[in-house]
Amino acid sequence: MTHDEVIQSIIASAGTSPEAERPRLLQYLCEIQQQFSHIPGAAITRLAALLQMPESEIYGVISFYSFLHEQARGKYDILLSDSITDHMLGSRILLQLLCNRLGVEPGIPRADGRVSVDTTSCTGICDQGPAMLVNGRVVSQLSDRRIEHICALIETATDVSQWPAEFFLVEDNIRRRDLLLSEETAAITPDGSALRALLDTDGNSVLEVIENSGLRGRGGAGFRTGMKWRFCKQAQADTHYVVCNADEGEPGTFKDRVLLNSYADSVFEGMTLCAGIIGAHRGYLYLRGEYRYLLEPLHAVLQQRRDNGLLGQRILGKDGFDFDIEIHLGAGAYICGEESSLIESLEGKRGIPRIRPPFPVTHGYLNQPTVVNNVETFMAAAKIAALGADWFCQAGTPESTGTKLLSVCGDCERPGIYEYPFGVSIKQVLEDCGAVDTQAVQIAGAAGTTLPVSDSGRRLAFEDVATGGSFMVFNRNRNPLDMVQNFAHFFVHESCGFCTPCRVGGSLLKDLVDKLVNGHATQYDVAEMENISMLMKNASHCGLGTTAPNPVLDLLKRFPKVVEKRLVHSGYEPAFDLDAALQEARDISGRDDAGAHIETRI
Amino acid sequence: MSDAKTFSLDGVAIEFSDGDTIMDAVLKAGAYIPHLCHNPEFSPHGSCRVCVVNVSGRQVAACTQPAAEGLEVDNSSDAIVEERRNLLQMLFVEGNHVCPGCEKSGACQLQAVAYYTGMLSPHYTHFFPQRSVDASHPDTAIDFNRCILCELCVRASRDVDHKNVFSISGRGIGSHLVINSPGGKLGDSTFSATDKAAHVCPVGAILPKHRGYEQPIGKRLYDRQPVSIVGDVATHESSDQGDSHD
Repeated sequence: MTHDEVIQSIIASAGTSPEAERPRLLQYLCEIQQQFSHIPGAAITRLAALLQMPESEIYGVISFYSFLHEQARGKYDILLSDSITDHMLGSRILLQLLCNRLGVEPGIPRADGRVSVDTTSCTGICDQGPAMLVNGRVVSQLSDRRIEHICALIETATDVSQWPAEFFLVEDNIRRRDLLLSEETAAITPDGSALRALLDTDGNSVLEVIENSGLRGRGGAGFRTGMKWRFCKQAQADTHYVVCNADEGEPGTFKDRVLLNSYADSVFEGMTLCAGIIGAHRGYLYLRGEYRYLLEPLHAVLQQRRDNGLLGQRILGKDGFDFDIEIHLGAGAYICGEESSLIESLEGKRGIPRIRPPFPVTHGYLNQPTVVNNVETFMAAAKIAALGADWFCQAGTPESTGTKLLSVCGDCERPGIYEYPFGVSIKQVLEDCGAVDTQAVQIAGAAGTTLPVSDSGRRLAFEDVATGGSFMVFNRNRNPLDMVQNFAHFFVHESCGFCTPCRVGGSLLKDLVDKLVNGHATQYDVAEMENISMLMKNASHCGLGTTAPNPVLDLLKRFPKVVEKRLVHSGYEPAFDLDAALQEARDISGRDDAGAHIETRI
Repeated sequence: MSDAKTFSLDGVAIEFSDGDTIMDAVLKAGAYIPHLCHNPEFSPHGSCRVCVVNVSGRQVAACTQPAAEGLEVDNSSDAIVEERRNLLQMLFVEGNHVCPGCEKSGACQLQAVAYYTGMLSPHYTHFFPQRSVDASHPDTAIDFNRCILCELCVRASRDVDHKNVFSISGRGIGSHLVINSPGGKLGDSTFSATDKAAHVCPVGAILPKHRGYEQPIGKRLYDRQPVSIVGDVATHESSDQGDSHD
């Protein structure tokens, strides 16, 4: 096929109106990127005509998502996961090795177009990192040997499909099971039990069971699921939607990866249950681009459910119970984990968070009432409908019923998935995962809370330390500053750029963190970091901006000695580094001797 | 006695109707909350955050927050003014705003709001971004150095002119205004100086050509009265000449 034919085959219009096709824009772009390693201008022209939208807007979408490119990447496009836990496993050295062996600069495709190497935000393989993506496929457990092998495969132009299968192995690593992952009840929800509960009674009584269970959103915010579903059900509109948020982008989180790998059936059953209750006929699973490798198996699960009468027209033979699920891919944008950004992205747009109110339960996807829940929440809801509220409430605390899946990684012997009743102490988790000589834990990811080990008596629950599941362990050999710096850069990379405090403040904050790490910061800079952090917290448009300064604030509050050690004890140090400013001149003149440097520190 | 619903703005009762935001009601009442990306002719945006106010201990953007009976809105405490000033300083260092050399000086809303909040210096480290000037259009020039991403031109061109000349590209600190034309130049787009989009820019990013300094600095719109009295620059025709309310 010619390029043009390939493009045409990808964007074969469903024959509906341009307006109805527009939500597919991002999906078209993902496929075109996958085919051509960039979005050719011809494809943009064709899409603009098909969707009747300005080309500049399509460029705007491309430029928003990290995995989409206007310029061709290498035939082998490699992205090394750049989360702090990857760093701790040596990813930075491996990146250097990879670049040296292949003769490439990070971010710039090799002159022959064979390969490009860059970094990307956490790929969600933290329990078996360092990890990378090659043409969208995950390679886990990178080592010097594996990198050498990969370089050889690239130089011999071996197609990725021919690479050793063990490179692509991603284990579930389930270390502790409780209610949800219990093997005794494993068969219960995939088989339609939750949906049968819906047939035997009416939607309202099942909804009451969900409400009585006290189930709260597992993404971290903890909104009551039953209440969300009821608000959505009550919203009058032409149609309702169910959306599963599988944009698991919070650094250090990988539980949804495991659920979608091994428990997708139950997740889909939860979505179908929700549809039956709120009266939706269409659902979407928004799958982060990093988990593209799960796409095929997930499609197979969906097809099996259709074959078994658990999805599609007349589910379980009930008239009017029609519901189907489509999978939409993300393309490298952490912000799309925020539910209104996710909806924008689902509509094919840039993932800019919406103004709220109105909330998605009344004005969500295509402005229709929409339930957006986390993967784990849907699975829990399905189990609750089948097994009852009491079954669920046997675990957890009164405020935080049930169990929580934790993604444990970092400095511990047994990283992986741990399911605990809510209320478990941090100490317990540290013991179970084999963490020794722990200095600190980072809970709920980059946007979460940093706690010194002296706080390990605290409990994981909405009423104490809330979490979406990320649990990163740092031992005493680590410098918390490295983590804070990694997160500060992460948030600058992932800010959508819509509001001033997050866009500009986040960037200023990152520069100050760099200044601190580089040993140039003063007490004045510390106060400045605090001010900018508070402004971001108070004035940002969405949760990304309000939580982005958390690592900095926690550092200043809980690790003052770490900060103190790096400070310059003068009243003021300029951010402007005279020696660094000469770098360009050094590059041009090819000099790097002592005479080409200015002694900036005494 | 009126039974209209009210909330309090710094202790002053403000009437509102259902569906009003805090900003809507305040502007209708003739009061003032500093703002840049808001223009009552367009749907609220909430991006500049300059209209940040404190409502019952929570900070919200007045332009997007629905008004509600009995709210106590703090619009002028030191803390709020300080936050606003910091946001303005951030906008000043993000772009290249050289007031003394800018044709819009004196009729620039960014400058006027900065004066209003008592901003004396940009405070933060300048980004000094490399941005261009687009003079390709016969009647209008765009100086991207001064764009503050309020998206008023985007909204005006899309919602009023129905031309979609402008949009936003990039992400995060790399977000920038782009023009929908084959080469990205304004001159190659369908833009016209009579478009609504030509008359909504609160700063000196979109400027008419062939006119300059017709009114000396010192006698322009905001030189005479503060922004809290004269309001948005977009409501003043040819305000850059300063002759709007002669």
